[in-house]
Amino acid sequence: MEHIVIIGNGISGVTVARHIRKLSDKKITIISSETEHFFSRTALMYVYMGHMKFENTKPYEDWFWDKNKIALKKALVKSIDTENKQLVLDDNDHFAYDKLVIATGSKPNKFGWPGQDLKGVIGMYHKQDLESLEKYAPNNKECKRAVIVGGGLIGIELAEMLHSRNIPVTFLVREDSFWNGVLPQEESEMINKEIIDNHIDLRLGVNLKEIKSDANGKVKSIVIAETGEEIACNVVGLTAGVSPNINFVKDSSIDTNRGVLVNRFLETNTKDVYAIGDCAEQKVAIDQRRSIEAVWYTGRMMGETLAQTICGKKTAYKPGHWFNSAKFIDIEYQTYGWVWAKPKENEARFFWKHKDGKKAIHVNFDKTTREFIGINTFGIRMRHDFFDKVLTEKKDIEYVLKNLANANFDPEFYKQYEQEIISKFNTENNTSIKAAKKSWSLIFNRS
Amino acid sequence: MKTLKNIGLIICFIGFTIFTASIFTGTNKVSQEIFDSWVSQKVKSKFFIEKAQKEIVGKELSAYQLSSKIISIAKESDAFEKSQEKINWNNIIKVKWNKTSKNFVYPLVRASATGWVPKNQGLFFWLTFGLAIIGGLMAFGADYKLLGPAGIKNNGIFQHSATNRGIIGIGAFAFFVIFYVLLYFFPNYLINPILSVNPIKNWMNGNESDQWFLYGFMYCSVMTVFAVRMFIKYRHNNYQILRTSVVLFFQIAFAFLIPEILVAFNKPWFDFKNAWPLDYDFFFDLGKDWSLMSQGQVGLFMFGWGIFLTLVIVPVMVYFYGKRWYCSWVCGCGGLAETLGDPYRQLSSKSLFSWKVERWLIHGVLVFATLMTALTLYIFFAEIESWKELAFGISAYDVQSTYGFLIGSIFSGVIGTGFYPILGNRVWCRFGCPLAAYMGLVQRFKSRFRITTNGGQCISCGNCSTYCEQGIDVRSYAQKGENIIRSSCVGCGVCSAVCPRGVLKLENGPEDGRINPTEVLLGNDVDLLKLMNEK
Repeated sequence: MEHIVIIGNGISGVTVARHIRKLSDKKITIISSETEHFFSRTALMYVYMGHMKFENTKPYEDWFWDKNKIALKKALVKSIDTENKQLVLDDNDHFAYDKLVIATGSKPNKFGWPGQDLKGVIGMYHKQDLESLEKYAPNNKECKRAVIVGGGLIGIELAEMLHSRNIPVTFLVREDSFWNGVLPQEESEMINKEIIDNHIDLRLGVNLKEIKSDANGKVKSIVIAETGEEIACNVVGLTAGVSPNINFVKDSSIDTNRGVLVNRFLETNTKDVYAIGDCAEQKVAIDQRRSIEAVWYTGRMMGETLAQTICGKKTAYKPGHWFNSAKFIDIEYQTYGWVWAKPKENEARFFWKHKDGKKAIHVNFDKTTREFIGINTFGIRMRHDFFDKVLTEKKDIEYVLKNLANANFDPEFYKQYEQEIISKFNTENNTSIKAAKKSWSLIFNRS
Repeated sequence: MKTLKNIGLIICFIGFTIFTASIFTGTNKVSQEIFDSWVSQKVKSKFFIEKAQKEIVGKELSAYQLSSKIISIAKESDAFEKSQEKINWNNIIKVKWNKTSKNFVYPLVRASATGWVPKNQGLFFWLTFGLAIIGGLMAFGADYKLLGPAGIKNNGIFQHSATNRGIIGIGAFAFFVIFYVLLYFFPNYLINPILSVNPIKNWMNGNESDQWFLYGFMYCSVMTVFAVRMFIKYRHNNYQILRTSVVLFFQIAFAFLIPEILVAFNKPWFDFKNAWPLDYDFFFDLGKDWSLMSQGQVGLFMFGWGIFLTLVIVPVMVYFYGKRWYCSWVCGCGGLAETLGDPYRQLSSKSLFSWKVERWLIHGVLVFATLMTALTLYIFFAEIESWKELAFGISAYDVQSTYGFLIGSIFSGVIGTGFYPILGNRVWCRFGCPLAAYMGLVQRFKSRFRITTNGGQCISCGNCSTYCEQGIDVRSYAQKGENIIRSSCVGCGVCSAVCPRGVLKLENGPEDGRINPTEVLLGNDVDLLKLMNEK
């Protein structure tokens, strides 16, 4: 029986294993050194915040793996011997495979800052990071101040986490406005405000110079490069992005760049070796996507796709329309299609913001054809189904606005803002769009 | 603000302490007059009357001493009567732990209470309910500032002793369980608490308060204080605000005020929202002098309404809106679970094993309730007395009282509410309520209600499952892009509220496509979606 070995028990590895099991009787082993069982990485923050227990982050009960004959092995893979089709483990044991899936995810970036390996310097990615955080920042007595370096999604999550235990946080962001490489200025400013409203000391346009140590090798303070200001702190969170976790692949015959290089079928240059999820790098990026996508659902989709190929039905990875979501402290964010930080040549924008400053939408559409390109929505939930269909059918901005009530996914009895949004658009664009009535058949009619 | 909260908690705690401690204070003095009136209603045995007259009347005894004396005399009396050559069964008192105290002993203890409390009922009300309510409102009111800006604030829930089965949680559990046991079976030990609400009962319809009035008043007060907590915690969420307001309204108006007002006008006590089979004794009184049918037009209307509610309103409403219209918008049990129980919702087990137990138990209770009611109707139409043996030495009355004891008291009260801090709120609604089982069947097979999953947005974080009070593993559906169609869902809306990515929405829509099993989620390759989802 063919033995499929998967390195990494994150969403990608587990999804491919589950789907292979659905399609076949192949022998499956998942190897991980992080945890015994699959857990939801995105939920680690809620464990620290006390919303959940670690148990609650496991999407499957522990008996699931046995029942589905998916073997779990707790070990660290040191290297891959592709010639003999075997892995070398940390105890120097050899572990044979017939087909290998590399799904090792990412690791936090460190840019060689002085002091980056001191006690009290943490990332926020692995289960072990959670344990360190619990150790160094259990409360605001032990940790008088924490400094977070790097203004991305993990950075703001870590800020929210520490804030939930009333630990003062200084948040160093290299850009001159939060996440403005991805978010247009309007949204980025809205999030700046959200951060400041939560009493987080946000420093924009600054870089870390060094982390200073006390006598015991523990963090004492950090120094800001631009101003030379020294900030006393007990914990430093490094959240300046992530990169593929593939050091152990580098010495093998498998081609790598920043990640493990794969073609559209998620195959590497080496026969019977595949890579999926955050650690995979498309040789040629797909559509307007990045070549490495560290996103939960792309990992899952690659897993769904690769299982087909491994089970004999060769299938290319063809992700559909781009979408994503996040939550910035109390502001939920969803995006469908593309809304670039800066409009492209052919693009026109429409922005609406509620007066409470916590809800906004930003629509991107083509100047001439009026075709809908994408939407950012803050504090208002929208239907994935609706926008997926709009994008597939290349509907125009008028259609989207007219049917905005059908796109709304907020809980019942929430105040709706379609009228306000449409009238703002009409005023700005000299149009006379009228909201269509909510239509169940339109909402539920799947494409 | 933190100080305000602590002061509130202390005041509330003082109120509860006085309330609880009052159980151990005060004495009883049975006057000749009280004794005669009690005896004339309750006892036939000469032996008992003579002995009790000697040992009880005119003496100053604690509630415990008085109760024990009555019970031991009753036992002696039964022994004596049974030793007679010709046993007169009318003279037998039949001592049973779960009946004698509440039916036989309680009325005498209630009537003979003396001490500070009976003389200062108004003040005592303020020292107990007054302090507890004011303190509770202060403590929860302070959260308006303490929780920070509006939003989901579940910080520290699993790190706090009260909400993660710690010492405080176990203390609350013990308190609830003991309270329910006393309330259902030994109200003779709750005399002072019962007296605390006596002025209100007097004012409402001129009657004397009993343990059920105490319970009703407590229920409404607790729900009100915890509803304020919900309003603050979910002030950004209109679904939660509206739902909490409505369920509180139904409790206060329909379960408390209207029945009391009916009584004030000499009409039968009736809760218009309590539907069979939750209202399991709806048919018990058929044929009796005091049944609804024999209480004029109003009674007849109530009887008709009760049947119409169960047979028409309940299923039709479940078809259009799901069982949530009842369970989390109207029902009293649900109302308590959603207010007092809300801090415990994360404790419900999400394991597959619990789901199995749940299905056997809840449907078992539904079958039990149905058979018992069928038997009740049978003896009514066949004109058989309820105490008459039908088979195996069992009478219809035995079946009814077994249900009342096991399900009506132990399961719904002692376990159903007492176990909130251990098994999560909704223990009764999830494992025991026969009406929930009935509506669940309708919801599962014929309803427009569903929790829609928003395409491929789920990140499997598990907040939804963690905060599902009914123990539904919401995530297991959401991460597959599948709508949640579960008979047990009471539509509280909290899964949707706590979702950080806007994945879940409770809604009513066409039945077609409501159940949508998927292999691959929206967002992946269209051909793959087609290939896998449509085979």
